[in-house]
Amino acid sequence: MSESMSLLQKKLEAGHFVVCSELGPPIGANVEFIRKKARKLVGYVDGVNVTDNQTAIVRMSSIVAAHFAREEGLEMIIQATTRDRNRIGLQSDLLGASSLGLNNVLCLTGDHQSFGMDPGSKNVFDLDSVQLIRAVYDMVHKGVLLNGKEMKVPPKMFIGAAANPFGDPFEMQMMKVEKKIEAGAQFIQTQAIYNLDKFEYWMEEVRKRGIHEKTYIMAGILPAKSVKALRMMKTDVAGMDVPDSLIERMEKCEDPEEEGVRVAIEIIERVKKIEGVRGIHLMPVGWEKITPEIIERAGLYPRPEVE
Amino acid sequence: MIVGQQKKAEEIIKMLGENWESLLIVGCGTCVTVSLAGGEREVEALANLLQLYYGKKGKKVTISTDTITRQCDFEFIDDIAEKIEDHDIILSLACGVGVQHMVERHPQKLIFPGLNTSFYGATTAVGEWAERCIGCGECILDRFGGVCPVARCSKSLLNGPCGGSQDGKCEVDDEIDCGWELIFNRMKDLDILEKLLVFEDPKDWQPYRDGGPRKLVNKEYYNE
Repeated sequence: MSESMSLLQKKLEAGHFVVCSELGPPIGANVEFIRKKARKLVGYVDGVNVTDNQTAIVRMSSIVAAHFAREEGLEMIIQATTRDRNRIGLQSDLLGASSLGLNNVLCLTGDHQSFGMDPGSKNVFDLDSVQLIRAVYDMVHKGVLLNGKEMKVPPKMFIGAAANPFGDPFEMQMMKVEKKIEAGAQFIQTQAIYNLDKFEYWMEEVRKRGIHEKTYIMAGILPAKSVKALRMMKTDVAGMDVPDSLIERMEKCEDPEEEGVRVAIEIIERVKKIEGVRGIHLMPVGWEKITPEIIERAGLYPRPEVE
Repeated sequence: MIVGQQKKAEEIIKMLGENWESLLIVGCGTCVTVSLAGGEREVEALANLLQLYYGKKGKKVTISTDTITRQCDFEFIDDIAEKIEDHDIILSLACGVGVQHMVERHPQKLIFPGLNTSFYGATTAVGEWAERCIGCGECILDRFGGVCPVARCSKSLLNGPCGGSQDGKCEVDDEIDCGWELIFNRMKDLDILEKLLVFEDPKDWQPYRDGGPRKLVNKEYYNE
């Protein structure tokens, strides 16, 4: 079993507190753009997510971009949304990804296409995220496709899901998390956390249900470099909870970028202490170059090695 | 019922073109009458408007009107067969089904659609209609407290909500209720929430359009 494990999974199973980050592919076919971004992250992170047409905007494919970044020496986590591909396309791409050595996948429903630049496109949603998780689980662990067809060489994937600790109603959102775990999600990356009290409450409920023992939970951290960015997230991003006190703090500070880094580090330090949190997932949207600095200053550098 | 919305006059005028002298506008007395888009009242109003437009332009035209019980039954279309043949072009204010049924019955006639067929919906207020069903061909309302996740969740999710709804509203638009919150609240009230924890398999979309255009035959009544 262990030879089929991804590096990320090995680190989690070895008990390390892991650090993941994110890389957004370009709008265009620029390979050097990916390679350059990737090289800056080597050594600082245990896994890097590559978004799948995030906010429903056309970008280079998650799998292809992840392939180039992997060649630079990173452990990659591809993302797969059910918005753009039906069960045929999703499974086919996952087989391709695994054959390229991309062995971690975050299964998502995806932002509705009305958020992007092609609101007139037809959405797919043939599967939902829970069904995709189950499909990947069965491909990997039972060696069968959704249609029951057996594969001689099944793919290898460490299966992840997203969770939003700030979605409401709380009970309904928790039910969805439980279904994802039940379907086979091995790790969870959460929505960006700013409201720590609410996140701590969520983790308490997670522990009550024993979810933290069935899956590895990585806390989402989104370093913001301006008050404008925070305000935008509060009003325009679905499912985000940004406390007013944080906005005030960013307003009053002299150096918003430095303050943004400090806030991120404070959040990291607090989530690290929460029982059941097994790592962080940094999402510095549009500010990817800050990742190494935050990781160093948070005392998370260097990263552990595993065999 | 099928809810429709009349096309804008400019679009209709452009569609009709110049190459005609007599026009028959045909309304439909069932669904689109209820949704105030293609009934007798709308037919007459549109006829007056077009009359005014072509009059001003100095184009000499004859515009007649008629509204039949249903355009999706040949029986009613045949009641006005002669009238249809007597006019150069026909503008149907029925849903897309009615327009095509007229086309099938009168293959030599140019027949134009005057409505956009919007959705299957219910009257939710005077002058307001809302979608409730997409006609997926395999009803699953029994498992969702009588609220359809396919029609009422913007992403048609079957295993619970996405993380984007806020205050009971969909991430797509504040005007849209989160379908999953409706399902959840209803099942909570009925004390059957545990049903929602059951894994929902991927839906078979063949009974929907994905099996090709659909046809239904009831052998008991079918007469070749």
